[in-house]
Amino acid sequence: MLQALTAPRTRKLWLLLGYAAAAAALFSAPLYLSDFRLNLLAKFLAFAIVALGLDLIWGYTGILSLGHGVFFGLGAYAMGMHLKLAAAGGRLPDFMDWSGVTKLPWFWAPFESFGVAVLLGILIPAALALFLGFFTFRNRIRGVYFTILTQALVIITVTLFIGQQAYTGGTNGLTGFTKLFGQGLKTDGMKTGLYLATVIVLIGAFVLCRYLVKSRFGKVLRAIRDGENRVRFLGFDPAMYQMAAFAISAALAGIAGMLFVLHVGIISPSMMAIVPSIEMILWVAIGGRGALVGAVIGAVALNYAKSSLSESYPEIWTFFLGGLFIVATVFLPGGIVGLAKQIGPLFRRKEAVHDQALNPVLRESNRSV
Amino acid sequence: MTKPSILSCEKVTVAFDGFKAVQGMDLALQPGELRFLIGPNGAGKTTMLDVVCGKVKPVSGKVTFHAKSGSIDITKRKEHKIAELGIGRKFQTPSIFAGLTVEENLEIAMSQNRGVWAALRTTAMKKAERERIDAELSLIGLGDQRALRAGRLSHGQKQWLEIGMMLLQEPEILLLDEPVAGMTDKETEKTGELLQEIVRKRTVVVVEHDMAFVRNFASKVTVMHEGKLLKEGTMDEVQRDDRVAEVYLGRRRDVDAVG
Amino acid sequence: MWLTQLFNGLSVSSILLLIALGLSITFGLMKIINMAHGEFIMIGSYAAYVTQNVFKSALPKSAFDAYFPVAIVVSFAVAFAIGYLLEATLIRFLYGRPLDSLLATWGVGLVLQQVARSIFGAPNVAVTSPSWLDGGMRIMDGVVFPYKRLFIIGLVLVCLLAMYLYIYRSGPGRRMRAVMQNREMAACLGISTRRVDGMTFAIGSGIAGIAGCALSLIGAIGPTIGTNYIVDAFMVVVLGGVGKLVGTVAGALGIGMFNTLFEWWSTASLGKVFVFVLIVAFLQWRTMGLFAVKTRSLD
Repeated sequence: MLQALTAPRTRKLWLLLGYAAAAAALFSAPLYLSDFRLNLLAKFLAFAIVALGLDLIWGYTGILSLGHGVFFGLGAYAMGMHLKLAAAGGRLPDFMDWSGVTKLPWFWAPFESFGVAVLLGILIPAALALFLGFFTFRNRIRGVYFTILTQALVIITVTLFIGQQAYTGGTNGLTGFTKLFGQGLKTDGMKTGLYLATVIVLIGAFVLCRYLVKSRFGKVLRAIRDGENRVRFLGFDPAMYQMAAFAISAALAGIAGMLFVLHVGIISPSMMAIVPSIEMILWVAIGGRGALVGAVIGAVALNYAKSSLSESYPEIWTFFLGGLFIVATVFLPGGIVGLAKQIGPLFRRKEAVHDQALNPVLRESNRSV
Repeated sequence: MTKPSILSCEKVTVAFDGFKAVQGMDLALQPGELRFLIGPNGAGKTTMLDVVCGKVKPVSGKVTFHAKSGSIDITKRKEHKIAELGIGRKFQTPSIFAGLTVEENLEIAMSQNRGVWAALRTTAMKKAERERIDAELSLIGLGDQRALRAGRLSHGQKQWLEIGMMLLQEPEILLLDEPVAGMTDKETEKTGELLQEIVRKRTVVVVEHDMAFVRNFASKVTVMHEGKLLKEGTMDEVQRDDRVAEVYLGRRRDVDAVG
Repeated sequence: MWLTQLFNGLSVSSILLLIALGLSITFGLMKIINMAHGEFIMIGSYAAYVTQNVFKSALPKSAFDAYFPVAIVVSFAVAFAIGYLLEATLIRFLYGRPLDSLLATWGVGLVLQQVARSIFGAPNVAVTSPSWLDGGMRIMDGVVFPYKRLFIIGLVLVCLLAMYLYIYRSGPGRRMRAVMQNREMAACLGISTRRVDGMTFAIGSGIAGIAGCALSLIGAIGPTIGTNYIVDAFMVVVLGGVGKLVGTVAGALGIGMFNTLFEWWSTASLGKVFVFVLIVAFLQWRTMGLFAVKTRSLD
């Protein structure tokens, strides 16, 4: 009986059933969650999309990006600009008026169209990632050097967005949205619709990442994580793979940013600054790098903990957050999923345990400096 | 009687921060040849392999690869381009992908279309590919370990896996750096058999310290010393050479210079 | 006025240098990216603040001006001690894992910030600088070099000299360089790498503490004072290359000067973009920074 449960084919079936149950629970959430909670969950699920992209680049390729707040923010601003224009209804957005801008800047004009805004919300983050990747990966700037550059990218982007107040809304960012497709944003139908759209996008992103990870592309990514130079001597150009993975990852963050703005109704530079960017990393670290389900679980669980803790006890939350960073890296490098994999076999027969106990990311991803 | 060479190195010089690891080294390989590169520590053997596979760029000299498609100057190409042209390299310490399974390691080594697009579209192996991997697994004797993470293999098994990867990569020239270092006698023997198999189809350069191992093969030996060519010939010729004996037995330097 | 800008650039560079020194050494020695380094600046600043308050309340008014030299020593000592403690309890588990160390020390930084917030409150506090540092040196019409900034530059030069003597002319420094170049070999020769690591980390933290003390002269201090400098300091390390004093000096001068100049020519926000682009462009040419040590190993 026990053995039948752990045979590969049966395990696959259970896994599939698990996914189906999770999807069903998510789709039916509007039936049993209050509006407030549904909106919160929608936000968490948007974050889970970022986590998927981060796992692809960090967990699977071994590249730590502290710059995903920027990609998230660029997507969010793209959608925010569209909503702002929709709210202004043909006039100039309010903050431009205040700053003495008289004519709509040329780079705002395309965002009038929802389709173009969505496209740019994906393409701009991806293009920026490709650009940065081109000038770093090709020259073998990697490991911590790359990580520090991504953090610098966050600082300059935030400073730029705050500094160019007339075009970006400055510190306050973009808010005061009212309509999407001519419908009110605050209506119940719109909220449920946006929630369901997020669930669908999340599932799509999950399926996409799963495909990527299982394909030969994913195998090469993991090979790069284990030994970038060795991959080179097999005739692969690691830079191309790293750029592709980084761009896909950035595009996912951009998509998440667009959904985030629709749920929350505001985007400001502080939401893409250093702290939110590094918090995104923690979602993946806690969930388990190198495991896509882990990334989703980590994002939702941590944000749930944050929203319940930080409002009533902000001090405790900061201690908790700091402690989690330490625990996740020193004691729990495999995250929740890694822990489950370590504990799980204790309940199973020995032969089934053979070779899955430890996630290999742990040490290898740190090897190349 | 000499056939046109498949690889020729002329006056190659390599420097690391002023220290000359290789000085004006010449090396020419015939197609299908098995060549041993021997010499004391620090003679520049590994550095020569590094030059040929593009890991190290020489400060002067020429390395020409006479591929079927024409002659190519190696020193101007990037590593992955050189590998794609058909020069494979096995490093001294086994460098396999620890997080991938044995089978996945082989699959990556085998794939001939190495672009991102092709990799994105490939999800499962074709039947012919699967059969090749099966054949390779039984050749290197890792059939039972195919689903195991490569990081869990023993040292010898890792070496064989890497040799298997090199074979699937199908290079025209294969560069092996001390393939039997750290192996037990039994493992060494099996590696010798593998090597015989490999040599039949391609040009191979082996850097080796183990003289007993080298003697098993009747092939040409190149002796390097202090970054320079000391002697080239059969194992017997090399062993009779006085200068080689001096270098290996560690006689005084001045004698060495006179000789 | 370009002379003023040059002086400001030098002033910014000198503070960056003080912060980057510790970062560069700990990264070179232990492959640790210490994101909590900024919090050692904060610790130094608050140490200066506390010293000032003690002088204010416990000693006669005439003695107040003497507080600053004492504060420098206190800042160093406190940051040194906390650094030593941190190394012994956490950092040593993270050797050779730069990315993990980055995340873990970020967590440490968050905790330290929150501790400061709990003790001193979230709003910034001000340190009254000693009266002998008021005013400035008048170079020509419209160009005045404030004594405070001159003092900081002098302080940095003293620290730099001390570090140079320590690293290149002392026994512990020689052992440190040995460990940096070949850890296993150094251990085989009987060097206690544990003690070298602990001391080095603590010294790096102590210097950051001095930087914090110096910063208290030119602005208000708060729990997040370190985060304003940490990324720039890391860019200094990236630019200068790891593990060489001269590289860190060059990197700090480069970033400090260009930051100041670009911000003067354009706006503060565009200036930062230019500097970033310049750094990335520079790295196309010298991947491992200005003064990287060339070795044969690739990984």
